[in-house]
Amino acid sequence: MNIFLFVKRVPDTESKIRIDHEKNRIIEEDLNFVLSPYDEYSVEEALRLREANGGKVVAFSVGQEESLVILRKCLAMGVDEAVLLKDDSPEAYDGLRIARIIVQSLKKKFTDYNLLLFGKQSVGADNSQVPSMVASLLDLPQVNVVTKLKIEGDRGTAYREIEGASEKVTFPLPAVLSAQKGLNEPRYETLKGIMMAKRKEIPVITTEDLGLNKEELSAQLEILKIESPSPRKAGKIIKEDPGEAARKLITFLRAEAKII
Amino acid sequence: MILVFLEVREEKIKKSSLEALSHAKRRAGEMSTEANAVLVGKDLNNFASEALRYGAAKVYILENPLLAQYSPSGFTLALISLIKEIGPEIIFFSATSMGKDLAPRVAAKLGVGLASDCISTASKGEKLEVGRPIFAGKALATLTFKSSPAIATLRPNVFPLIDSGETQGEVVKKTVNLSEEDVKDKVIEILKEEGTELDVTEADIVISGGRGMKGPENFGLLQELSSLFPHSAIGASRAAVDAGWIDHQHQVGQTGKTVSPNVYLAFGISGATQHLAGMGTSKFIVAVNKDSEAPIFKSADFGIVGDLFEVIPVLREELKKVLS
Repeated sequence: MNIFLFVKRVPDTESKIRIDHEKNRIIEEDLNFVLSPYDEYSVEEALRLREANGGKVVAFSVGQEESLVILRKCLAMGVDEAVLLKDDSPEAYDGLRIARIIVQSLKKKFTDYNLLLFGKQSVGADNSQVPSMVASLLDLPQVNVVTKLKIEGDRGTAYREIEGASEKVTFPLPAVLSAQKGLNEPRYETLKGIMMAKRKEIPVITTEDLGLNKEELSAQLEILKIESPSPRKAGKIIKEDPGEAARKLITFLRAEAKII
Repeated sequence: MILVFLEVREEKIKKSSLEALSHAKRRAGEMSTEANAVLVGKDLNNFASEALRYGAAKVYILENPLLAQYSPSGFTLALISLIKEIGPEIIFFSATSMGKDLAPRVAAKLGVGLASDCISTASKGEKLEVGRPIFAGKALATLTFKSSPAIATLRPNVFPLIDSGETQGEVVKKTVNLSEEDVKDKVIEILKEEGTELDVTEADIVISGGRGMKGPENFGLLQELSSLFPHSAIGASRAAVDAGWIDHQHQVGQTGKTVSPNVYLAFGISGATQHLAGMGTSKFIVAVNKDSEAPIFKSADFGIVGDLFEVIPVLREELKKVLS
């Protein structure tokens, strides 16, 4: 079984986000970039499926050369091959252009897959768009926000998280899935893995190689403005005995929040 | 025309879908057009009057027995055929688990852009502008659309419900042509998590615990408070989830859920950037923490510096008095 993974390089979740108001984008200098947290679950799941069923796992990332670092991390975790789909455009918060690059690479160059795996969203853009869009463009079944997965032969069963419940879905392969926290416990890279990952060649494929035209590559959304949220005003902080504090809180909940 | 997808769960239209419809009606008024609603599934006649009440001029009902359960492929096919026929300029979904799953599938089929999880919209002439948090609310992006229809998912609990009281309007029923092959990703079973009435993203009041809860056994204290408020749910910080004290479904923050309740009560949560990002749009934030230096106090509308294990029991008893 061949599993293709799609991963993204993002600022880590502890990052303070600063904004370049002239260019309408976030300032990337001084940010610590990592493999998007939800992608770690998809990498782990792919490795477990390969361990159980054989086949190979290939990691792809759409992005600039800097994304090679997270592809090496995937290799160090145990992924067999990695491919950079080179795209130098700035972040447009538009899932469709990324989905089109991925789909074109799957149609033109990497046709031999049984499963396409993603994280349920990239941290930062927070779009949750690309997996469903790829499934849509390829007419494949999709299950997003997966917390439990079983593959048997050419069919799978997945549980996906919804509000206060789970949906159980069975589907034929090939299919598109996206991983949620809780699916598994991602492994760490091993020293041996890191050494091997350093030596592995990572092919770089450009959007020209894929034959995508300008229209297909243009974003469907336009960024008018990126700004910092207005900071919340600190309110009343009290330090009194628990009884008095609780009573004052109730007054607050009644008079201001009006929930009592 | 603005078309709004209405999600039906457990024989009810989701409140957040009606919020999206209420908002669409307002926006449509400004743009001199109308808001229409669409329901997809099986046996949906009973829901039409509610859709009319919350602002739909016309309600489309798309039915097929194969759509009795949600299937992203099947629901997309049903919606695409309607969209091609009626040509809306704008389409809204609520950013629920279904809306977030379905909207991108529809947008990709149409080859148009999608703005996810919006917290504001504005009309600029014929153009729609939307505001959405990025980096879980550490920044806000204002976007507009280069293609039509413009599609957006709207965050639950942000847009007010507007009940017009009106139940007159046109209901258009259509049968969708589908085969088994078209619903190959359909849901076959829904498993309710025990004891969970409401998801944190949908609750009016979220009662959250962090590292200061000290262990899984103490989340019962929060559960007791929650039982006193009808539309409340239990949340948690990443520290509490990673320690295994509570399921990740409850996690609020950048790698968990983003919530905008009326009141967010944080017990024993220090307020790491990644947590604040997930609840910063709550209308009121209440924090109880032993550490007077905890960053959460900078965002709290009401803070108590004190031991949560002393505050909660008194709070519970006092609440029982005033709520009974």
